[in-house]
Amino acid sequence: MSERVELAHNAVGRRVPTMVNGRPQIPFLGVGKYQPRGRKAAPQIRSNKDYPDTGDKRVSDLETALRNCGLRDGMVISNHHHLRDGDQVALMALEAAARIGVKDLVWFPSASFPSQQSAIALMEKGVIHHIEGSMNGPLGDYCTQGKMRGMGVLRSHGGRWQAIQDGEVHIDIAVIAAPAADFFGNADGSHGRSACGSLGFALADSTYADQVIVVTDNLVPFPCVPWQIQGNQVDCVVEVESIGDPAKIVSGTTQITRSPDRLRIAELVAKFLREAGIMKNGFSFQAGAGGIALAFVEYLKQMMKADGVKARFVRGGSTKYLVELLQEGLTDYILDGQTFDLDGVRSIANDARHVATSPFTSYNYHGKGNFASLVDAVVLGATEVDVNFNANVVTHSDGRLLHGIGGWQNCLFAGCSILAVPSFRDRIPVIVDEVTTLTGPGEMIDVVVTERGIAINPRRQDLLDAVKDSKLPVRPIQDVKAEVEKICGGKPARPKLGDRPCAVVKWVDGTVLDTVWQVA
Amino acid sequence: MGSAVEIKPSRSTEAGHWGKEVRSDLHVAFEARDGGGVEISLESRVAPYYGNAILEQARQVLEELDVKHARVAIHDEGALPFVIAARLEAAVRRAGLALGKRSLPEQVPPPAPSPKDRLRRSRLYLPGSEPKYFINAALHGPDAVILDLEDSVHHAEKDAARLLVRNTLRAVDFGACERMVRINQLPLGLDDLAETVPECPDLILIPKVEHPEQLTEVDRMIGELRSRHGIIRPIWLMPIVETAQGIENAFAIAAASENVAALTIGIEDYTADLCVAKTPEGRESLYARSRVVNVARAAGVQAIDSVFGDIADIEALRRWGEASRAMGFEGMGCLHPGQIRVIHEAFAPTAAEIAKAQRIVAAFEEAQQKGLAVVSLGSKMIDPPVVQRAVKLVDRAKAMGVIP
Repeated sequence: MSERVELAHNAVGRRVPTMVNGRPQIPFLGVGKYQPRGRKAAPQIRSNKDYPDTGDKRVSDLETALRNCGLRDGMVISNHHHLRDGDQVALMALEAAARIGVKDLVWFPSASFPSQQSAIALMEKGVIHHIEGSMNGPLGDYCTQGKMRGMGVLRSHGGRWQAIQDGEVHIDIAVIAAPAADFFGNADGSHGRSACGSLGFALADSTYADQVIVVTDNLVPFPCVPWQIQGNQVDCVVEVESIGDPAKIVSGTTQITRSPDRLRIAELVAKFLREAGIMKNGFSFQAGAGGIALAFVEYLKQMMKADGVKARFVRGGSTKYLVELLQEGLTDYILDGQTFDLDGVRSIANDARHVATSPFTSYNYHGKGNFASLVDAVVLGATEVDVNFNANVVTHSDGRLLHGIGGWQNCLFAGCSILAVPSFRDRIPVIVDEVTTLTGPGEMIDVVVTERGIAINPRRQDLLDAVKDSKLPVRPIQDVKAEVEKICGGKPARPKLGDRPCAVVKWVDGTVLDTVWQVA
Repeated sequence: MGSAVEIKPSRSTEAGHWGKEVRSDLHVAFEARDGGGVEISLESRVAPYYGNAILEQARQVLEELDVKHARVAIHDEGALPFVIAARLEAAVRRAGLALGKRSLPEQVPPPAPSPKDRLRRSRLYLPGSEPKYFINAALHGPDAVILDLEDSVHHAEKDAARLLVRNTLRAVDFGACERMVRINQLPLGLDDLAETVPECPDLILIPKVEHPEQLTEVDRMIGELRSRHGIIRPIWLMPIVETAQGIENAFAIAAASENVAALTIGIEDYTADLCVAKTPEGRESLYARSRVVNVARAAGVQAIDSVFGDIADIEALRRWGEASRAMGFEGMGCLHPGQIRVIHEAFAPTAAEIAKAQRIVAAFEEAQQKGLAVVSLGSKMIDPPVVQRAVKLVDRAKAMGVIP
């Protein structure tokens, strides 16, 4: 990628490319400022006369399926990441494409994982042109070292749906790993040796891709019930020995942090919800599967029990800890976006109150509303937060890619968005003057909870008022930053970043929020 | 490197730790040489942010230690500046250099001096060679932190831990916590005192005390250091009796110096001395613990219990703490921050006790106002010691934040 990249300043002063992978871009205009008009993108018209009346869409192998779907150079191939680091289907598909001999594919996973690092070899060989989706570990380094031919595009889960609906990304062939499927293509994630819970991330792909291939290691007689993926969207079904490594698909048990400092953060978050009056009958919250978030759920559970409070719903990533809330009657429902551990998988398969959701129900900018904004409080992580509450979740402080955006940006629309972070890690301050990579604008972030105190965004006077008589250690974020800089021996030097963009961070509406620069 | 200068044999030393599992520490490989100036190499996981700061600090520390020629290789795992200084100094001293020199980190304002009878419900042990635990220890709210130079520090690391603890006393803000140091048994403990007392710890724990003379020796040494360094803050003593001999001499030990603020027992060593198993109920140490409570009261100092070893069993800890308070102890040790809250709850007076004490105090105040010599509550006469106990209980409950 040697062409010169035009840069523009967006509404928050970040320099962003105006063209990405040959497509013109709109710099971020501000939250809620961008509203595209017109009609959503749509897949090709199909007719059922072209599909067998028997309903049997099986083909012998993935290579044949890709050939039947008309795979050619430059196509966009998509996968979901519900099998996480245990997934084998994405690489299976890309390697089959390599055997067919096509070049310059765009790989469009809902997220990539370290176990998929052999995608680097496929980029080196020219099979994959670039990746649009989260990258971390070796793939992230490959991107930030400037070795990828195209630019990386990082989108939130909701932003991925929006990009598909806006026609910014047109999926030519979706390859959907399915823990259970029938020959018609109905598919689900809740059963089978590779069960992963919800398949929600694959819904947009199944709906909008021109060609849809379902790959399963658990072919059941028609009908596959329940069917989160509808066979009527599916072109062919491939049976394989294994779609993934069950040990890496879900963790046996998700682990609560044992660090006393992080436990303190988790407890402060739970206390904040209680003191601010957010924790009340009928409330809702969302927390991820990180160590602090899990511990938060445990603390909140004790407080809910003590105060006799029950939630109407909690949003997953589901784990054992959310399942316990459901089973103990502390919430009516789990609305689950992805399922992280075995308890979660068992629960979603067997408990009607544990409901699979998707980025469409929860996160999509082009939905007629979404669930994320109905949630009373969300607890998230971050790598850096600045004094204006802007936060970074995608890169290390030195600019290397660390994380996908996931649902993080979308969750900021909750009633109260809380970042639960240590104030420094290994002498590296987390509370800084300016974040390396902007992933969430400060106006969307309400509270930052560190082990050294709780900083509330001055825009949220209501929250400041709600806890002003509590014993919580509420303090200005500048105060926390000053203390951390004193501990760490002064301000950290700014990382040296290159001047070549290697990826962009999209906001939920598809505009460009920031740039990930090649690392020096 | 093809140097024409003949290099004489040099002394190579090391200090600190590095590795994947190590955090907030560093490893220093030091090679003293006779020429060529100071050469420093650095590998650090925080290099992009503090690489230059670390190199600059290292040069400054070596200069303060009067090191003119050396090769220094630093492998840093995100250590804070006071740790970097301590590890460098340890490596230099191990090479036999820096005689009479110190490199002290920037000082944070010390906390208010510690009253002799302050709350000492919980004291959190921090291993003296594990800097990662220091910086956030106070956030967990123990009444005291103990920077431990004794059992948690390997014999070969005593010298380095001493410097680390010295720098920690100087540079780490422990908030409202009382800052305690547990020194080694004498005579090694005297070296610990020489290094740490100038940085004004609030209290010194003296292990394995069996005779009052040991107390006198420590007291004298601290006295000398205090006058040499012009220290006016109190530095209290808490002897640990942890042998049969120590238990027998406990009163003389507790009464050996007016600087003794509390007496405590080490059950692990005590049960070993008796050749009995330590049980969660502690029957085998009942006599010793009762004796500690009694002699402490007799000597006018606080009685403080040992630690509870099973950090996973919070309910057993609660039972131990409640029983301990019922025996007359005012606090105990903590091995993990997770134990602090339970210990504070266990050592807090109950609501019923507080209510009763408040009624007695009110009756006493009323009697005072009316000029009556006899305090009565309902039909009962209240003896003066009961009034005193009630006053103390109400004061303690206030200090603990149990009542406003």
